[in-house]
Amino acid sequence: MSIFVDETTTVVVQGVSPTSQGLYHGLRNRAYGTKVVAGTNPKRGGEVIEDIPIFATVAEAVQETGATASFISVPPPFAAAAILEAAEAGIAFIVCITEGIPAHDEARTYNRLVEEHPVTRLLGPNCPGIISPGKCNIGITSGDIALPGGPVGIVSRSGTLTYQALHELSQQGVGQTTCVGIGGDPVPGTNFIDCLAAFQADPDTKAVMMIGEIGGSEEERAAEFISANVTKPVVCYIAGVTAPPGRKMGHAGAIISGSKGTAQAKMEALQKAGATVAENPTEAAVRMVEIVKELG
Amino acid sequence: MDLYEYQGKQYFARYGIPTSPGGVADSVDEAVAQAEAAGYPVVVKAQVKVGGRGKAGGIKLAADAQEVRRHAGAILGMDIKGHVVHRLWVEHASDIATEYYASFTLDRPAKTHLGMLSAEGGVEIEEVAATNPGAIARIHVDPVRGLDLDTARRWVDDAALDEAARAQAAEVLVALYRCYEEGDCDLAEINPLILTTDGRVHALDAKVTLDDNARFRHPEWDEFAATETEDPREKMAKEKGLNYIGLDGDVGVIANGAGLAMSTCDVVNQVGGRPANFLDIGGGANADLMSSAMEVINADPSVRSIFVNIFGGITRVDEVAKGLIEALGRVDLRSPIVLRLDGTNAEEGRALLQPHLSDRLMAERTMLEAARKAVALAGAAEQKSEERA
Repeated sequence: MSIFVDETTTVVVQGVSPTSQGLYHGLRNRAYGTKVVAGTNPKRGGEVIEDIPIFATVAEAVQETGATASFISVPPPFAAAAILEAAEAGIAFIVCITEGIPAHDEARTYNRLVEEHPVTRLLGPNCPGIISPGKCNIGITSGDIALPGGPVGIVSRSGTLTYQALHELSQQGVGQTTCVGIGGDPVPGTNFIDCLAAFQADPDTKAVMMIGEIGGSEEERAAEFISANVTKPVVCYIAGVTAPPGRKMGHAGAIISGSKGTAQAKMEALQKAGATVAENPTEAAVRMVEIVKELG
Repeated sequence: MDLYEYQGKQYFARYGIPTSPGGVADSVDEAVAQAEAAGYPVVVKAQVKVGGRGKAGGIKLAADAQEVRRHAGAILGMDIKGHVVHRLWVEHASDIATEYYASFTLDRPAKTHLGMLSAEGGVEIEEVAATNPGAIARIHVDPVRGLDLDTARRWVDDAALDEAARAQAAEVLVALYRCYEEGDCDLAEINPLILTTDGRVHALDAKVTLDDNARFRHPEWDEFAATETEDPREKMAKEKGLNYIGLDGDVGVIANGAGLAMSTCDVVNQVGGRPANFLDIGGGANADLMSSAMEVINADPSVRSIFVNIFGGITRVDEVAKGLIEALGRVDLRSPIVLRLDGTNAEEGRALLQPHLSDRLMAERTMLEAARKAVALAGAAEQKSEERA
């Protein structure tokens, strides 16, 4: 099994034109085997681009194709409206990879989703997306580096570190059930706890790799959740041990404020919660391979 | 982007938050002119983006032009915790009856905005939070609903500000929220917010952090961006559109992706070295980006070796390798490079680089091995330069 998406997931790509990022990534995802059933573009309703039927709105796309998920890679000024359009159309799972959305837009959008569309799950923004190897890939993760069959679930705030983890596990012959990139922004739609809970409930996921970074307190909250609710082994890696306080390290959410949000504090909290904490991404993979071997 | 106090006050003024009359000065003569305009007595304040200015002697009261000359002369050029003072803010001195604290920021776990108000202002809010947490009245503001005057009035009562200050303070808080929200601030803080002896409430200081992601809808931020950083390396990187943060080590770091760049700095540290910088060239990693990155690193005199750490995801490693080779042809590097290329098409990429490898350009298979190599090279280079000295 997998979490959030599987082989039955059908995807509408928002913002499709012959030159858009949406089309580029949508075609890559389709080539991987993802069921990309529709695209949207307010000016191109009725067209067919690369065999993808285009609708003027997400609502029409859902009505005509029954799409269950949406994929958004539109530029930052338009992303919040695109997310709300998908939610209003009844999409249950929205993946938004757009980087650079203002924090206030994210906060407003998140709270509107919670208040008006409680069944909708937003993944991202500013994330690489989600891949359930062999079943469904929505986002920009390279399908080549993932290995189907489980038993590891991955959840990560960072894109390239996610690829690194996938690659190292796959090379050792250890597959993944689902790999979720929750993104590095201050107000992510889906957080560590959402993914940990889903992996805990998924019978095919036997162990979880969690990749965090400096800033905020999501890792500390995840540690509390692990200690209370997760019985499966968890291996963690936290990036940013050498990050100076007060500077945004690339990701808008990766900033140490005062003494809060440091990598050390997060690592200690996770260790206390019973998770295995690795010093670097390679060690995290090595430890996970050992755990999977022990599980048999 | 952090603003200087004077920029923060100018930003506050756009949203109707009252401040003292004053102006900016880059020289002693300008300081006197601003003091004459503001009216004596005045306060001469060092403009640096670091706390503890008062303790360092960077904030002085002046009763006349002679005192302004003396203080401005002493403060300009002063080094406050590594920040050299190039600019002053000179404002009319206020007769302070009471000092308060007010701020808005994002409460990330709660995913709503957090307002903090305290009758104990003028000191570090972290200190108040630690020693007397009951003295801070907190409210959560739903980003969809915002903050209205009635709520602000109840909040002011809750914080037990002086009766004389409450009505004005509530209005200032509503204006501060507007500044925070419409002004796309990560942080909008007034410390202290004061009640003067003649019964006026206004901002005596301003701490504003703007959300860089919102820059596309704030053309008025251009003037702030021009003064954003004083680190020459960061200025150069910014001009080239790179995501760069200067650190104090000797191993230059280039990686694709923020997480990987952070992790690369960490691994350099773990194997006993010190990163000279954080540099994320993003997903693309083409020849132009790679040459810009190398130029910035090359301009840093403390760099003794360079660690290029690339994981190809959507960008294939063979494309990255081509970009790298082209960049190496364009930039004459002072320091040796250690490469670690992995991910999609890594074999093809490594094959392309093979003929170019030398004792100035080395490749290692893993992040750890490459970090060890880069740190060793930096150490050897340091030893050599010490021997020469």
